[in-house]
Amino acid sequence: MNEKLKEIQAKALKKIDDARGMDSLNEVRVAVLGKKGELTALLKGMKDVSAEDRPKIGQMVNDARAQIENRLQEARAAIEREEMERRLAEETIDVTLPARREKRGHRHPNSIALEEVERIFIGMGYEVVEGPEVEYDYYNFEALNIPANHPAKDEQDTFFINKDILLRTQTSSVQVHQMEQGRLPIRMIAPGRVFRSDEVDATHSPSFHQIEGMVIDKDITFSDLKGTLAQFAKEMFGEDTKVKFRPHHFPFTEPSAEVDISCFKCKGKGCRFCKGEGWIEILGCGQVHPRVLKMSGIDPDEYTGFAFGLGLERITLFKYEIDDMRLLYDNDDRFLRQF
Amino acid sequence: MKTSLKWIRSMVDGMEDITPSQYADAMTMSGSKVELFEQLDSKLDNIKIGKIEKIEKHPDADKLVICQVNVGDKSVQIVTGASNVFEGAIVPVVLSGGKVAGDHDGKQSVSGIKIKKGKLRGVESDGMLCSIEELGSDRNLFPDAPENGIYILPDDAPVGEDAISFLGLDDCVVEYEITSNRVDCFSVIGIAREAAATFGKPFRPPVVTDTGNSDDVNDYVSVEVKNTKLCPRYTARVVKNVNIAPSPDWMQQRLRSQGIRPINNLVDITNYVMEEFGQPMHAYDLDTIEDKKIIVRNASNGEKFVTLDGQEHTLDESMLMICDGKKPVGIGGIMGGENSMITDDVKTMLFEAACFDGTNIRLSAKKLGMRTEASGIFEKGLDPNNAILAMNRACQLIEELGAGEVVGGVIDIYPEKREPVSLPFEPEKYNRILGTSISKEDMLSYFVPLEIEYNESSNMLKIPTFRQDLLSYADIAEEVARFWGYDRIPSTLPSGEATAGKLSERLVLDNIARDAAEHCGFSEAMTYSFESPKVFDRLLLPEDHPMRQAIVISNPLGEDFSIMRTSALNGLLSSLSTNYNHRNKDVRLYELAKIYIPKGLPLSELPDERVQFIMGFFGEGDFFTLKGAVEEFFEKAGLRKKIQYDTNAGSYPFLHPGRRALISYEGREFGFMGEVHPLTCQNYNIKDRVYIANIDLPMVLPLMTFDHKYEGIARFPAATRDLSMVVPHGITAGQIEAVFESEGGQYLEGYQLFDIYEGSQVLKGHKSMAYSLVFRASNRSLEEADITDAVDGIIDALSKLGISLRK
Repeated sequence: MNEKLKEIQAKALKKIDDARGMDSLNEVRVAVLGKKGELTALLKGMKDVSAEDRPKIGQMVNDARAQIENRLQEARAAIEREEMERRLAEETIDVTLPARREKRGHRHPNSIALEEVERIFIGMGYEVVEGPEVEYDYYNFEALNIPANHPAKDEQDTFFINKDILLRTQTSSVQVHQMEQGRLPIRMIAPGRVFRSDEVDATHSPSFHQIEGMVIDKDITFSDLKGTLAQFAKEMFGEDTKVKFRPHHFPFTEPSAEVDISCFKCKGKGCRFCKGEGWIEILGCGQVHPRVLKMSGIDPDEYTGFAFGLGLERITLFKYEIDDMRLLYDNDDRFLRQF
Repeated sequence: MKTSLKWIRSMVDGMEDITPSQYADAMTMSGSKVELFEQLDSKLDNIKIGKIEKIEKHPDADKLVICQVNVGDKSVQIVTGASNVFEGAIVPVVLSGGKVAGDHDGKQSVSGIKIKKGKLRGVESDGMLCSIEELGSDRNLFPDAPENGIYILPDDAPVGEDAISFLGLDDCVVEYEITSNRVDCFSVIGIAREAAATFGKPFRPPVVTDTGNSDDVNDYVSVEVKNTKLCPRYTARVVKNVNIAPSPDWMQQRLRSQGIRPINNLVDITNYVMEEFGQPMHAYDLDTIEDKKIIVRNASNGEKFVTLDGQEHTLDESMLMICDGKKPVGIGGIMGGENSMITDDVKTMLFEAACFDGTNIRLSAKKLGMRTEASGIFEKGLDPNNAILAMNRACQLIEELGAGEVVGGVIDIYPEKREPVSLPFEPEKYNRILGTSISKEDMLSYFVPLEIEYNESSNMLKIPTFRQDLLSYADIAEEVARFWGYDRIPSTLPSGEATAGKLSERLVLDNIARDAAEHCGFSEAMTYSFESPKVFDRLLLPEDHPMRQAIVISNPLGEDFSIMRTSALNGLLSSLSTNYNHRNKDVRLYELAKIYIPKGLPLSELPDERVQFIMGFFGEGDFFTLKGAVEEFFEKAGLRKKIQYDTNAGSYPFLHPGRRALISYEGREFGFMGEVHPLTCQNYNIKDRVYIANIDLPMVLPLMTFDHKYEGIARFPAATRDLSMVVPHGITAGQIEAVFESEGGQYLEGYQLFDIYEGSQVLKGHKSMAYSLVFRASNRSLEEADITDAVDGIIDALSKLGISLRK
């Protein structure tokens, strides 16, 4: 019995070791442990074993069975592992094949640049507002200290609908609308379309966008204007951007300034991009003219403020190094896809 | 505005050591923005005045001659091909190792051409004789230079001296951007005054002296100004025994540096004074002035007049004429007449320095289509007090140059003298506006060169009349800031009450539309707000279509930009067309396009400006692709009810009659969508199917909401029922779905079309449609019995539409 058991066990273990694949392993299991298997048959012969030997023999048979089952288990796991490895090897793909992307639309570069400007000023507590594009002469000119017959009103620059109504030439008209609402303090920016009678070319367009900004409160100084725009320039064009304020003239601000920023391409050394100057003009600004405040019902002795206006296209063209303004209004997919 | 730097230096002490680039930077920072500056001799080097002592023929070349040239300390041999040289000629000579600016045909090099010793056809040549072009100038500024040849200098030119400074080319021309409020800076004196204030140096304008003989001008001419509003000041003087000759070198050189061609002493003096004082002057031949009388009056309507350029003009009564006793002799401030102009035979001359109303000059010049140099200056609105200074300066120069005998006395019609404005000196206020603490003394020191006088006892500032821009404390604050230095003003951030930054609701909705469109593959376009009235025909709109009611621009850039758009269609279709014709594939565009709807025409109040969210595409996709994008947007904007698509409503002739729908929500029209009519496509040159959707955002805005609650995840299983139907051709999915909605009962959760088929296997005139209906209760599993009634009701209602279930 003992010998028989050892022989079955040894044979079974060898068969397991020799088995190739899950099927031959199953055959071994059936042949040894199955209902008609050798070990099962041996167990059936237990009735012939003497009563005192029975526990001992039983123990041996059980041990042999456990050992075989263990070996089977290991072999099965090994085969499964092997099979998985083979499958994984077969499933190898060429990861350098092109990617598949959902086709998404692209935002206009003007909108992206505007969102950036809006983000910066919203962060400083500015409200983003709008005003009409077809506008009364009063808001576009007179209330901004540009009286009748001022050369700036000349038909050469302004599109008129009739003598009182025109296409606004500047978003500064929104300043007046905001002041007239009488809610103080004001911190606003007003992006929008403006119109000037310029023929279309690489640097001109009869329709473009400006972003007007205005702050009115008690004790707003020219130094606040400088600080605010320096902050904006750093956030918009990079931490190391330098800002230069030059005296200028606008009818609705006094003192007035034009603002240059250090060329972000050459960092101020002078390059083709900034025409060798190292500086790029980006906006006009100033302290709101006391007459303008007064005309809109604000007491200039109590309140002061500053205003600024920047050309959105100018920023877009600089930011993306676009060399022809017409591209912005062509809407060529090959252009738009690049943003 | 341009000035010679040498001229500026002549009026400001102690500027010798300031380089052009330092000058440009400082002037820019004090408000006279320097656009560019050009050193006239930057490309010239080692050019001497030489005398040709001897000329011999070149042994081997017919066209060359060999010159021996005395250049002061030595004699050099130079071979030249110029034909205008002669023995004894004084000429500019560039010695070997020196530089010239360009070649003789006027082509300028970037950094100059170096001249080396060399041989021409075997004969040694040690330098070059120069033409005016080689000296970097041209025959316009040096009219005495020959067209082809060496520039021959005057006989008394000092041989051996530097030719560059002799010709006045050792100067720098500075060009400024002058803002419209600074009329005074359109003059050398004005710029020099700014320079003096900028550099803190004493300002020395020319001293105008008394002139005139013992005659009385009133015996020669009388002046009457009939419209003193349009001509607030008219001054006149007379010069007799006029002697026309070239002006002296110093004057010619200054004029050249300003880019002005010297002509003769009379013309040069007027131009010189114009540059120096910024006051245009005019000279008449007094012998042509009938009745010896000048009358300044308005023209009569239709009056004809020939200006000195020989052109005839028709005037109207708004324009100002200068006349003599019988006839007009000039258009005031714009151009003189042919009939009274100075000729070489002039004996007695009448000088005019007047001041005209700027606006009237501008309007008249525009109406006449002749914006002259004088009108360009007068239209800025000159200081009448400057006119007399300029007049006397001109007469001073006449005497100095010996150009004639100045008659004593001045005629000066100046009924309302312009007096200086006085403003209180308010240093605290200036500092408060600027955010600075500039001392009172510093402020006052800036005012001195600006000729702003401070009276300590009254604490008032007297503003000179040439500073018409200084009217209030804010203007004075700017003067202080300019000369204190904008760059020295600190940078601070506004203090005060905190404010909440945000986008307006409308702009939030714009961004939702952008996100939805881009999510669906549409890229953002931007098109013009104005367009051509022809677009209505391209869109096949009938004559009475409301979209044709557009606002017309009275002065457009041309018909293509002449009306304000009443729909966003043309912009988008044009952009799609551009792409189609660039052979771009599968292009999807959207725009947030404002349209301008007049409340009545002609316009008496502002129009309704409505932002349209328009999407359009060609290539891959169909009507339902676009419908998906529309629904994406409505959902993102929080409009979650069912959108209705009505095929029969609206007037959209530019859409395919069988593939269009009016988009409505809660029974109100929000927009339209569909396939573009093939004729419209043809009009836009697109040979593909195009789909567009247009949503009127002002309709959406009041319903936009982000108030949306979680409904929970269904815990109980759904009962589904598939209905496979044979549907008469004319019945729409919308009608079927309306039945589901009305008959579906409380448990109907949703439905989905999963198959639609038209073809041979279906009864003729019918289509096969299959829907899956989902029923669910929130609190239990549904039994078959729970939905039987609803399904039966649906089937019953469907049958009334002629729909039967497939067997």
